[in-house]
Amino acid sequence: MANEQRIRVLIAKPGLDGHDRGAKVVARALRDAGMEVIYTGIRQTPAMIAEAALQEDAQVIGLSILSGAHLELFPRVVDELKQRGVDDVLLFCGGIIPQQDIARIKEIGFQGVFGPGTDTGDIIAFVKAHAPART
Amino acid sequence: MRAAELAKGVLAGDRRALARAISHVEADSAVGRELQATLYAHTGRAQIVGITGSAGAGKSTLVGALARDERKRGRTVGIVAVDPSSPFSHGAILGDRIRMQDLTGDGGVFMRSMASRGNLGGLSETATGVADLMDAAGFEVVMIETVGAGQDEVEIATAAQTTVLVTNPGGGDEIQSMKAGLMEVAQILVVNKSDLAGADTAVTQLKALLAIADPSAWRPPILKVVAKTGEGVPELVDRIDEHHAFMRSGEHGTRERRELARKQIVALTRAALHREALETAGRSGALAALVDAVAARERDPRSAAALLLDAVRREWAAELASR
Repeated sequence: MANEQRIRVLIAKPGLDGHDRGAKVVARALRDAGMEVIYTGIRQTPAMIAEAALQEDAQVIGLSILSGAHLELFPRVVDELKQRGVDDVLLFCGGIIPQQDIARIKEIGFQGVFGPGTDTGDIIAFVKAHAPART
Repeated sequence: MRAAELAKGVLAGDRRALARAISHVEADSAVGRELQATLYAHTGRAQIVGITGSAGAGKSTLVGALARDERKRGRTVGIVAVDPSSPFSHGAILGDRIRMQDLTGDGGVFMRSMASRGNLGGLSETATGVADLMDAAGFEVVMIETVGAGQDEVEIATAAQTTVLVTNPGGGDEIQSMKAGLMEVAQILVVNKSDLAGADTAVTQLKALLAIADPSAWRPPILKVVAKTGEGVPELVDRIDEHHAFMRSGEHGTRERRELARKQIVALTRAALHREALETAGRSGALAALVDAVAARERDPRSAAALLLDAVRREWAAELASR
């Protein structure tokens, strides 16, 4: 397993809510599916998330949010990524995202939106199917 | 992106190019190998510092504190942090950024998390190559943090010019057990969390262990540090600088540099041999046949290993002959 391409996923929690159980469950599931998961912890600003994604050359970014500030914060994450030229990354999110907001979130570039009750197998399958190649 | 273009970006300090170049080196792709070959001539300027110690000793917190102090001194910092891969799924949780969150927004810092990917020496096989890229990109200090290391994970000595061993108060027995391994490769010993009871005892124990070690030209200093508050960190940076200057000076420095070069070549050759030999043995079916024989107790593992090596040698000779 030394020198093979592994999917690298950044899991981050933007904003001020401090509950990261969901983020950790997803991180753990992706690890058990053979991925390398960079976990950055809670209370991340959009700039911090984008900068970490750049430095880590993550192929995939998963954001978890429970505070309700997703329509505020997600576009700013996308914007910060754009500013850094990070344009080949798969975005998905989870947490408490009301049904009526999902269309808007997909529109700004989040291909996957996974609410409470999602089977982690679905997230794994989604990431494996859509993660862009790196090398 | 092609290697030449990426190399140009790395040398110009383009962070995105550096990040992608690291991915290539980590994957050991053709582009990655070309990058290493081209960029090696531009390395050797950075101070390469290894941070090792057992799990929970405070390595990540200390790396964060060191980076903050180096930044105050106006130096740029690259960080390579290695966490273990699962031997079962081969996946990994890389969590070292959590302790260094405040550094993420600093343009003078670049941090990369790596998984050990089955390497047992405390690093990943490509960690040294990644540190070299950061060196080539112009970072003045490059810190390499190992996985939680016990006794034998001494590979950091092949990657870093200065190795810092992080221990804690109350780790008496643990320190005893380190004396034959990690203790010998460290040039600086740190008692982290030294605001806890027992810090002075730990220092005394380390001193006693060093006293029975071979006297060498460099006497490893022992420092009390509280990484969380930054206490003792400026002194640690001073000691690291001193060792760095020592390594650069005179005959001793030349000898150490040659020794480091030798260790790096040997480590990479060993890893490549191991991987390629097992690939060959797996492909030819030689391994499977011997596994059957040993499992049935028709043959002992020792002679099976010798036979396997013979089979690999024959395969390789035939391969070379057909070229």
